[in-house]
Amino acid sequence: MIPQKDLIVVTSAPHLHSPDNVPTAMRDVLIALTPALLAALYFFRLPALLVILVCVISAYAAEIVCLKIMKRESPTRESSAIITGLLLAFCLPPSLPLWMAVLGTLFAIVVAKHLFGGLGQNIFNPALIGRAFLLASFPVAMTNWTNPLDGLTTASPLGIMKEAGGEVLPPLGEIFLGSVSGSIGETSALALLLGGAYLLYRRQIDWRIPGTFLGTVFLLTAVIGGIKGEGLWYPVYHLCAGGLLLGAFFMATDWVTSPVTKLGRILFGIGCGLLVVLIRTKGGYPEGVAYSILLMNVVTPLLDRYTKARVFGRVKSHA
Amino acid sequence: MKRATFKGGIHLDGHKELTSNLPTVVAPVPDRVYIPLSQHIGAPCVPLVVAGDEVKKGQKIGMAKAFVSAPIHASVSGKVIGIEVMEHPGGSFVPCIIIENDHQETWAETVQPAADPAALTPEELCAILLEAGIVGQGGATFPTHVKYAPVEGKKIDTVILNGVECEPYLTADHRLMLERAERIVAGLGYMLRSISCTQGVIAIEENKMDAVAVMKKAVAGQPNLRVVVLKDKYPQGSEKQLIYACTGKELPVGELPLSVGVIVNNVGTAAAFADAVELGIPLIERYVTVSGPGICHPANYLVRIGTLFSELIKASGGCCGEVEKIIAGGPMMGNTVFSDELPVVKGTSGIVLLHKEPHRAQKEYPCVRCAKCIDACPAFLEPTSLARLAKRSAWEEAEKSDVMSCIECSSCVYACPAQIPLIQYIRRAKQAILAAKAR
Repeated sequence: MIPQKDLIVVTSAPHLHSPDNVPTAMRDVLIALTPALLAALYFFRLPALLVILVCVISAYAAEIVCLKIMKRESPTRESSAIITGLLLAFCLPPSLPLWMAVLGTLFAIVVAKHLFGGLGQNIFNPALIGRAFLLASFPVAMTNWTNPLDGLTTASPLGIMKEAGGEVLPPLGEIFLGSVSGSIGETSALALLLGGAYLLYRRQIDWRIPGTFLGTVFLLTAVIGGIKGEGLWYPVYHLCAGGLLLGAFFMATDWVTSPVTKLGRILFGIGCGLLVVLIRTKGGYPEGVAYSILLMNVVTPLLDRYTKARVFGRVKSHA
Repeated sequence: MKRATFKGGIHLDGHKELTSNLPTVVAPVPDRVYIPLSQHIGAPCVPLVVAGDEVKKGQKIGMAKAFVSAPIHASVSGKVIGIEVMEHPGGSFVPCIIIENDHQETWAETVQPAADPAALTPEELCAILLEAGIVGQGGATFPTHVKYAPVEGKKIDTVILNGVECEPYLTADHRLMLERAERIVAGLGYMLRSISCTQGVIAIEENKMDAVAVMKKAVAGQPNLRVVVLKDKYPQGSEKQLIYACTGKELPVGELPLSVGVIVNNVGTAAAFADAVELGIPLIERYVTVSGPGICHPANYLVRIGTLFSELIKASGGCCGEVEKIIAGGPMMGNTVFSDELPVVKGTSGIVLLHKEPHRAQKEYPCVRCAKCIDACPAFLEPTSLARLAKRSAWEEAEKSDVMSCIECSSCVYACPAQIPLIQYIRRAKQAILAAKAR
């Protein structure tokens, strides 16, 4: 009865698989990053476009070369390297000299990703390592912010908060829409929230990481704001300003470098939140999202080890 | 209303609408039936007939002396023409008794209804389970009489009938509940009596509310029996997950359901028990769903044991499109078979023909630590960690990580975006650990 007997395949179960695979996950991340990309191009125009293009192209090229030299195969090389390039560009200032952007991208792909073993093996988020490398090497260029409205050099909103040096904080509405100075992809809270919501809807990220991360920052800054006598605007401002939303939805949730257990993810998010508030209020930098996530990346294996779920049936015997 | 369920698992597209509304049809009785000597977990049967013997419908034609085994019976009347090794839906090759059907449907003298079913003792009921060759019809085919044999110091307080049918495409149990509800309830009654147990539960997934209504009606007036509606989630029908959902009890690792005072049986097993007690008919036919995108006219059949898959596929209008896999059972835990020239056995709940999966790449990607396998695992294991241990043959570490608790439901493989054959690695570890223990 079977007309094409030669074509019958015999495999062990299961014979059904979810249509979601690694390439579709990468596609979802790219879709989720699109609103922030459009916002970046709208607010920062040509300089942002150039930095983004340079980062994406050099990430792609570095990936191809690394795969070739290290004789690695990766069916996802295009999209995963493009995402790394895009995310790195998103946390760079639009005025950054392009050669620095190339250098940071190469460091991210070659050192942070491929020297650690390639896709799935890296300990640190490659894009954040690229940013940390550039910030350590070129602190002036990396903190040269331009105001998208008048093109003039200005302090970032968090910088103004930290120094309290006379400059007026941009209103919350501008912070929410993104017409303020800052890194290319971090300024529009609205665009990042849209992207984050899409990733949550598609179940590509676990709510536990952004939820506890943002929740911790909100609670702590609400307390600090209360002590300072500021109102509710203060914690909301902290949530929307700087790279927090970009980090919480797109970097801390990176599959490879965040814990795999549910409890581990909760602790990871809380840890990220604590460190961000600590750096922003007491540290030397006005912003600390990148370092917070990198520091928590370090403890990810430890969190995984000590937060393993109890196996079903590991209960006291009823007998 | 929040439905009872278990933690973990996956949501599958059930494709049940293909057959769930189609009343069961009696499949054409074939000219020849092929009855495997082993259709159960345990010792294979020894044939009681030889080529040339005349046999009658319901006649015992094979049995084993071992306790864990079940006899087999002729599903038609006619003449034995030989015993040949054939492919078995379970994935092995097994000797089969081939019977040429005389289409006379002559019943064996042994097929006699019990004079007074209400007067049967637990021992007599258990003997009927054994004599009728009744095994678990959900697919595991564990001999039912073994479950009901009394164990010193253990008291069963609940019998759960499994009408969950969480495998995609399969609707045989669904139809059985709609069409033979009284049989199921009667069988459950005999089960309870044979172990002096009081509580009976019939567990059904929420995607079969019509069956829930019918079963509720069938148990009306019997306060010790209840119907439990469970969430539509895979693998809800898995024994441990089912016990947890119905009773809140977590079966300790390595223990049998009786350690928490529970026996689980398929609804089909209960119906077969009722037939064996009240009509004296052994297990010679069962409900089978023939479905999947590779089948022209999917249907539910009442099939004689020993009917070839090809006969049922023919009755369903033949194949449709380029069939890649023939699955005995459901697509999550069923076996693929090499051809359609093999018989329906006691554990065949369905035949599913699938096309090639369009989105499936041939390659295994590196693990990206997305944890989807961990979220899906109903045993709360870390499939990706276990696979990594298996890859480097770290059997001891795998055992310490409770690899033996894996129920092989394959939810992890379904969920894995990197297409890693996690379950194959895990099975390898389990086999290596069992082999080391056997030495």
